[in-house]
Amino acid sequence: MAANSAVAHRTSTGLDSWKLGFWVFLGSETLFFGSLISTYMVYKNESVVGPFPTEILNIPLTSVSTFVLLMSSLAMVIALDAVQRGKRAGSLFWIMAVIALGALFIGFQAYEFTHFYHEGLTLQTNLFGSSFFILTGFHGAHVTLGVIWLAILWLDALRGKLPPEKSLRLEIAGLYWHFVDIVWIAIFTLIYLIE
Amino acid sequence: MATVDTHVPGAAPAAARRSVVWDLMTTVDHKKIGILYGVSALVFLLIGGLEALIMRIQLSRPENDFISADLYNQLFTMHGTTMVFLVGMPIAVAFFNYIVPLQIGARDVAFPRLNALSFWIFLFGAIFMNASFFVGQAPNGGWFGYANLTSRTYSPGLNIDFWALGLQALGVASIMGGINFVTTIINLRAPGMRLMRMPLFTWMAFITSFLILTALPVLAVALFLLTFDRFWGTLFFSTTAGGDPMLWQHLFWLFGHPEVYILILPAFGMISEVIPTFSRKPLFGYAVMVYSGALIGLIGWGVWAHHMFATGMGPIADAYFTISTMIIAIPTGVKIFNWIATMWGGSVRLNTAMLYAIAAVATFTMGGVSGVMHATSPHNLQQTDTYFVVAHFHYVLLGGLVLGLFGGLYYWYPKITGRFMNERLGKISFWFYFLGLHLTFLPMHWTGLLGMPRRVFTYSSELGLDTLNLMSTVGGFVQAVGVLLLFVNVFRSLKSGERAGRNPWGAATLEWATESPPVEHNFQKIPTVHSREPLWLERERIEADAFGPAEPMHMPPSSYWPIVTAAGVVGTFALFLVPVWWAPLPGFAWTFIGVLNWAYEPTH
Repeated sequence: MAANSAVAHRTSTGLDSWKLGFWVFLGSETLFFGSLISTYMVYKNESVVGPFPTEILNIPLTSVSTFVLLMSSLAMVIALDAVQRGKRAGSLFWIMAVIALGALFIGFQAYEFTHFYHEGLTLQTNLFGSSFFILTGFHGAHVTLGVIWLAILWLDALRGKLPPEKSLRLEIAGLYWHFVDIVWIAIFTLIYLIE
Repeated sequence: MATVDTHVPGAAPAAARRSVVWDLMTTVDHKKIGILYGVSALVFLLIGGLEALIMRIQLSRPENDFISADLYNQLFTMHGTTMVFLVGMPIAVAFFNYIVPLQIGARDVAFPRLNALSFWIFLFGAIFMNASFFVGQAPNGGWFGYANLTSRTYSPGLNIDFWALGLQALGVASIMGGINFVTTIINLRAPGMRLMRMPLFTWMAFITSFLILTALPVLAVALFLLTFDRFWGTLFFSTTAGGDPMLWQHLFWLFGHPEVYILILPAFGMISEVIPTFSRKPLFGYAVMVYSGALIGLIGWGVWAHHMFATGMGPIADAYFTISTMIIAIPTGVKIFNWIATMWGGSVRLNTAMLYAIAAVATFTMGGVSGVMHATSPHNLQQTDTYFVVAHFHYVLLGGLVLGLFGGLYYWYPKITGRFMNERLGKISFWFYFLGLHLTFLPMHWTGLLGMPRRVFTYSSELGLDTLNLMSTVGGFVQAVGVLLLFVNVFRSLKSGERAGRNPWGAATLEWATESPPVEHNFQKIPTVHSREPLWLERERIEADAFGPAEPMHMPPSSYWPIVTAAGVVGTFALFLVPVWWAPLPGFAWTFIGVLNWAYEPTH
């Protein structure tokens, strides 16, 4: 290793500090979503008026949107590979694929929320409405933030500013993306599938 | 990488032209940010102390009408909130900032700009919360903000809005700080600085940061639920809709009890630096001190419901939380004995820093003993909501945290300023503060057990507690004299203090292998460490590196984007007070622009 780069980038573990710091942040986020999910679970079956989850949750539709989100994670892996290998066309295509799939997931959620609203379920209707919208809403906000982040990286890639030596930027966005995806798997299992 | 330049501080001509204020607003230097944290925390200490004194005047005699019940509610709420979030945490973070990078042999923290962002969000959030006094609607629901008392129905004013939004901002700042310090301590240690060679203060900073990272998100969720209830009519704490106020209590204390250790562990770290230095002996049982600190952090996550015995959780929960709380006394006791064993047979030097450290060990132990009394759930029912509890947590927080921090201040002041604080004035102020502390809080054990309730703005003479209450009030003012003398000492010594050298106490750890105050890049060359007490066991080698010819290095340039972004973050929270749905949007836009410019700012 060149002495110069050792001065600028030497770390005790050899890991890049941004990557390590981001892992630490995700650890903290786990407690955030853990508390939101616990709140939902504590209030499960505690609503005194309907609509109740079993009447309104659409498992087939949400299975499709879950599949979309999972595929976006696959696209993210391929996108990172393309950036690391310096393949410009592949990078642009696959980052855009992640963005598109993420946006599609948000679209599904928007449809779901409006549908529930017309069925008479709002934030103020019952405990199910409050805890459902807050939990999935915070998750949706995370996905939205991820889409914006990736859109900015896509513009960089378009201008040739995402060369292989800067692939860490996409890798960190990818960590975030996969994390949000995993949180959704927990939400989908606990809120939609069980009972 | 082509980013390396030999940076000599003061060489940049632009730096000389910048004003001091602009320099502080844009600095990313961990030492300057540490000083900013410290000075802010000391100002809030004065504010929080003033709030306490006003309450003590009100309680100095029965049926007093010095202040109204409503103002009293605001004062005890803001006193607690201020002392925990605006004094205890930031003053610890001030020392983390200044000392930890020096102790591990780093040039700065891992994310210098994020560090500045943390500070500015903290400061703006603190100012926002205190601004509530100017509209006469300071938070009044207690620092614990129990739902559903804090729901819109029962607290209709802006009071709780200020509290919930301000606290949310402070939490964001703390989490960012936690990320920064965990990453710094894992990743930026000097060669040879293995984890089990790190000074105890750095270890406690490390454990505290983990507690911040795990506890604060839980508070964030609790505050979000409350905020949504208040602003958008969700039903989380609405009992008519089936909501359970116990949910708030569980979430709050899941955060709140680790928070207690977030406050105390940094002080434990400082005591563990001061006592070995002034006993001329290595810390007794270093490894056990590390493990017991980690155990306190770990078990500290499993005791939260001892704050809730009075809610009637049932015998199993009561038994579990009684036992887990008592178990935590074991690692804490280990620390006490190890500090005593460190002094045992050492050549003890009783200067001000050491007096504070010893007083902290003794006073904290007393608070710990009354803590074990509360842990017994049947006993707890007799004490809950009385002044006995107030006595307990002031003994641990003032006795452990504040005495420890003041000791740390006397200890590191020469490193930070290059001058000693005055020892004679130091000892006088120490005795005022120490005696005042016990005079205030010792009588509260009796007033509490005799039935004086907390958080009530006055009491009847028939309780027979007039004299004891007056003693507490007098004690409060004696403490205030001690603190004011400390402030006088801090300011006077800046100019007139005796000059201190690089290592005026003959201490063992790496921060003393720098100039006093340290140069911007801390070490000329990052020294290689081979032991736990580098300056006792390998001084020549370390100093040859630290003060020798400079190695090539890169220091991060200053940036104004942290302060701009912080204004956006806190501004967004503040704009939620405006009762139109689009009000926060400019705040979000501002924050977004700040983050975007930050991301693309060149750092080389």
